[in-house]
Parts: sequence; structure tokens; C-alpha cells
Amino acid sequence: MMNHSQPQGADYNYTVVRQFALTTVLWGIIGMTVGVLIAAQLIWPQLNFETPWLTYSRLRPLHTNAVIFAFGTSALFATSYYIVQRTCQTRLFAPKLAAFTFWGWQAIILSAVVTLPLGITSGKEYAELEWPIDIAITIVWVAYAVVFFGTIIKRTTSHIYVANWFFGAFIITVAVLHIVNSMSVPISLWKSYSLYAGAVDAMVQWWYGHNAVGFLLTAGFLGMMYYFVPKQAGRPVYSYRLSIVHFWALIALYIWAGPHHLHYTALPDWTQSLGMVMSLILFAPSWGGMINGIMTLSGAWHKLRTDPVLRFLVVSLSFYGMSTFEGPMMAIKTVNALSHYTDWTVGHVHSGALGWVAMVSIGSLYHLIPAIYGHGRMYSNNLVNVHFWLATIGTVLYIVSMWISGVMQGLMWRAVNSDGTLTYSFVESIEASYPFYFVRFLGGVFFVTGMLLMAYNVIKTVKAPKESLPAPAEA
Amino acid sequence: MDYGTVQGIITIVVMVTFVGIFAWAYSARRKDQFDEAANLVFSDEQSKNKDSGEHK
Ligand code: HEM
Ligand code: HEM
Repeated sequence: MMNHSQPQGADYNYTVVRQFALTTVLWGIIGMTVGVLIAAQLIWPQLNFETPWLTYSRLRPLHTNAVIFAFGTSALFATSYYIVQRTCQTRLFAPKLAAFTFWGWQAIILSAVVTLPLGITSGKEYAELEWPIDIAITIVWVAYAVVFFGTIIKRTTSHIYVANWFFGAFIITVAVLHIVNSMSVPISLWKSYSLYAGAVDAMVQWWYGHNAVGFLLTAGFLGMMYYFVPKQAGRPVYSYRLSIVHFWALIALYIWAGPHHLHYTALPDWTQSLGMVMSLILFAPSWGGMINGIMTLSGAWHKLRTDPVLRFLVVSLSFYGMSTFEGPMMAIKTVNALSHYTDWTVGHVHSGALGWVAMVSIGSLYHLIPAIYGHGRMYSNNLVNVHFWLATIGTVLYIVSMWISGVMQGLMWRAVNSDGTLTYSFVESIEASYPFYFVRFLGGVFFVTGMLLMAYNVIKTVKAPKESLPAPAEA
Repeated sequence: MDYGTVQGIITIVVMVTFVGIFAWAYSARRKDQFDEAANLVFSDEQSKNKDSGEHK
């Protein structure tokens, strides 16, 4: 409209959404570049330059923290604040507190970027940050919950849209997981020991670890899916009823699956079996959700040909389906006996992390960023398309090389000669993995190149004059 | 009560809960509400378009 009317959505609080959306791209590039660096270090160990803070052991947790808590969680902040406002048709509750969550979260990320390379760690995977930072996380997270649920309470719609259910479950569960797992006894400012010991510590750790997967890396991103897939496809979700069953089944089951990370350990045998059975059942709601997302396109399949944003979203769902088929399979004890400790696990992780988490976030951002800057589309749709192919090829290179390498390692480790001695030494299995490490490295370079294109495209979109990028005409 | 009985009871309670949720979600009476909820994704656009006279 030429009457300089309010840009679309001017009555929503987009400041904090913009901040989190832009930092998502930045942290994505940083976290994945560190991933490429550690992938390279596994091939060329000299790349640590004999510098303690560049060693693999310190950069690996930096990678996982940066991609999960800086990239992934910023994406969740941005999209949840956006979706909750638009589907509740109201402004964010407590805008100052929302601003606090942004600056607080960035401060936490920066403290991780400093402490992890210094070797300050509690040693628990995905919960490495030491106790002062843990306390800060708790404070910011409670503020997040207040803003999110406050907004839901002051909604002007009668229903709470299903995406918000997933975000809500994610926020509450992460708070509980974080507080329980981080319980520790500090012995100095930067060193603490877990309150739990032995097998109990392991069980608490993987109850946390698996539900971080289930509620952070899955439920939160499903919230994204339930908003952006219908929105981008221009039609409501395939079955709202299925989404309700999906929600309750998923949150009821995930909690019990953690022991599949601890097969054949000191954990009581019945907990291992319980974890295995629950993981197998988990397949059903996972695929229910995936089918619900993909079928939303029925009648609109032709849009996939022309819309790379929709393609990102749909392919992310396919990777979600793949990793949630693979996961239950790996949870079977006899399969796990082969896959555990091998690159197969790493391949599974990145089929979820790159294929699902990163792709659904990227697709959502390509929808969200034009919308919050008053545009109808990104600066360049072609670059989005190129990014789509770089991301897809990068992911496929990564996971296929890790599958082959992982199964090979598993088979080599268990091979025995007729006299009962091991056929291969451990070093021989590492040597055999080198070519696959190189392919993984290449896949990572593809993926990061795509992210750099995204950054350029985002900067161009943000800087473009208002309403100079109209939405493409409907076919 | 021994352990097996407790497990059996829990299994039944969980199954009944699941069937209950399923029946609730798929009951015909909820259809209109759910259709309305599913369209929440689009409804704020429509009200905005009305205000500004834009067309989509
Ligand atoms: C360019 C992209 C990426 C590259 C090259 C990369 C590379 C790596 C490498 C080399 C490892 C260590 C594997 C090992 O110790 O054997 C790793 C671990 C890990 N990465 Fe990535 N990564 C990338 C993106 C991501 C993303 C986007 C996420 C999450 C959203 C992620 C999550 C993880 C996790 C959770 C682990 C630990 C896996 C485990 O302990 O089993 N990565 N990554
Ligand atoms: C039905 C769903 C899923 C099941 C049953 C499942 C099951 C498993 C199993 C059995 C392992 C190997 C444990 C081991 O041998 O140590 C594993 C590892 C892992 N999975 Fe999944 N998975 C599922 C979905 C996902 C998704 C969607 C993601 C990510 C986005 C994911 C992320 C991870 C991570 C990060 C690990 C590695 C943990 C570690 O050792 O550091 N999983 N999963």
C-alpha cells in the first residue's frame, strides 16, 4: 500500500525476535566452523598448533555447546517469540524481561566461548558449563518461561495453537532437566563435582542428555514445524487431531528412553530393557508427526518445485523421519552392541542435527526474516536455492560417510581370529576411517558455505528499503 | 503389592489415558474447534488485511 500504513505486524514486538534471528545465523556460522575445524583435526592432528585451547578435547564441547545452545536455542527463542505473538494475537508479555533473555543468553554463550577453551568444564556431556554459568542459565530460563507463558495467558484467541504446546513443553522440561542434572558441590569458583555418584550419576546424566534431544532438539523444533510448514504451504496442518495425539504421546514416551545411551553398562538390566522398549515405541509418534507435517502439503506439492524455503522445511522433515527410524533401531541392544562408540552414533547425531534441526531452522528463518523486516521474500531466492543444495549435499556427505565408517569400525573391533585374538588393533580401525573423515570434512565445508551465503542474503534483506521485496505472485 | 502388579497397573493406567486422549481428540464434537485452531496460523493476517485493505 502506498499510504505508508503500518508495516505488517507493527503491533507485535519484533525487536527481540530480530535480535535472536540474526544471532542464530552468526552462531550457526561460528559453531559449524568449529565443527569443521575439529573434523579437520581428526584428519590432521597438527591443526591444534600445540596450543592447549585449540586442542580437540576443548574445542569439541565448544562445538556442541555453540551449535545446540547458541545456534539452535537462539533459533528457538526467535521463532517461539514470533509464533506465540502471532498465534495468540497479542504482544509479548513483559518486553523488558524479553530483552533481558536476549542479553542474558548472549552473555551465557560468551562465557561458554571463553571457559570451554580454557578447559573449565564439569565434564558432563552437553552440560559442561560450570556452576556459576549454570545458575545464570536458570535465571534466564525462568525469565523466558515468564515471557512465554505470560503471553499465552494474555492471548486474545480462545485456542492455544499446537506449536505453542510444543514450545511450552520444551521450556518447562529443559528447566527441570537443567536444574536436576546440574546439581553439584562447588569446590571453587570454577570447579564443582556432581551431587550424584556412580551409576546414578550416569543415569541422571543420560536422562538429561536424551531429554535434551527429545525436548530441545525435537519438541522445540516441532513447534517451529507446526507453524512454518502450514504457513509456507498456505494451508492448515494436515490433521490437527493427529497433532494433539502426537504431542501427548511424544512427551509421555521420551522421558523413559534415556537408558538406551547406557546399554551394557552398570545400569540395572531392567532399566536398559525399559529404555529399549520405550525407544522402539517412540518411533510411532515421531513418524506420526513427520507424516502430519509432510501431508500438510497435499494439494500443494507443486509449490515444492518453485519454493526453496518450503523445500528446506520438507527435507528437514524427511531427515527427522530418517533419524527417528535410525534411533529406535540403534536402541535395540544387539544393534547397539555394534554401533556404540563408533562413528555410526556421530552419523545419527548429525542426521538429526544438520538434516533436521539446522534445516528446519534455516527454512523457518527464511520465512521469518523477511516477515519481521517488512518484506514479502528474501533478497535473493536463487541464493536460498543454492543454499538448499549445499545444505542437502553437505548433510548427505556427512551422514553417509559416518555410517560406513561406523559400521566398519564396529565390525573391525569385534572381529576375532580362530585362536580368539583380535584381528585388528584399534589403530588399524582409525587408519581405515581416514578417508571417511575427509568426506565428513568436505560435507561440513559444504554446509558452512551455505550458511555464509545465508548471512549475505540476510544482510541484503535487512538493509533493503522497506517493501522493496514483494512476495512472489501466487501461481 | 509386588513389583509385577505395580507394573501391570501402570501399564493399564497409561493405556487407558492414551485411549482417552485419542477418543477426545477424534470425537466429532471437537471438529469445529480444531478447525478453528488449525487456522490460527492465518487468522491474524486476515484481520490485518481487513484493516489496511490489502489483498493476499
Ligand atoms: C558444518 C557442520 C558440522 C560439522 C562439520 C560437525 C562436526 C562434528 C565433529 C567432527 C564432531 C565430533 C565427532 C567425534 O568426536 O567423533 C561433532 C560432534 C557433535 N556435533 Fe557436530 N558438526 C556440524 C554441525 C552440527 C550441528 C548443526 C549440530 C547440532 C544442532 C551438531 C551437533 C553435534 C553433537 C551433539 C556432537 C556430539 C556427538 C556425540 O557425542 O555423539 N553438529 N560434530
Ligand atoms: C525416536 C527417536 C530417537 C531415538 C529412539 C534415538 C536413539 C538413539 C540411540 C540409541 C543413540 C545411541 C546411544 C549410544 O549408543 O551411545 C542415540 C544417540 C544420539 N541421538 Fe538419537 N534417537 C532418536 C532421535 C534423535 C534425534 C531427532 C536427534 C537430534 C536432533 C538425536 C540426537 C542424538 C544425539 C545427540 C546422540 C548422541 C549422544 C551422545 O552419545 O553424545 N536423536 N540416539
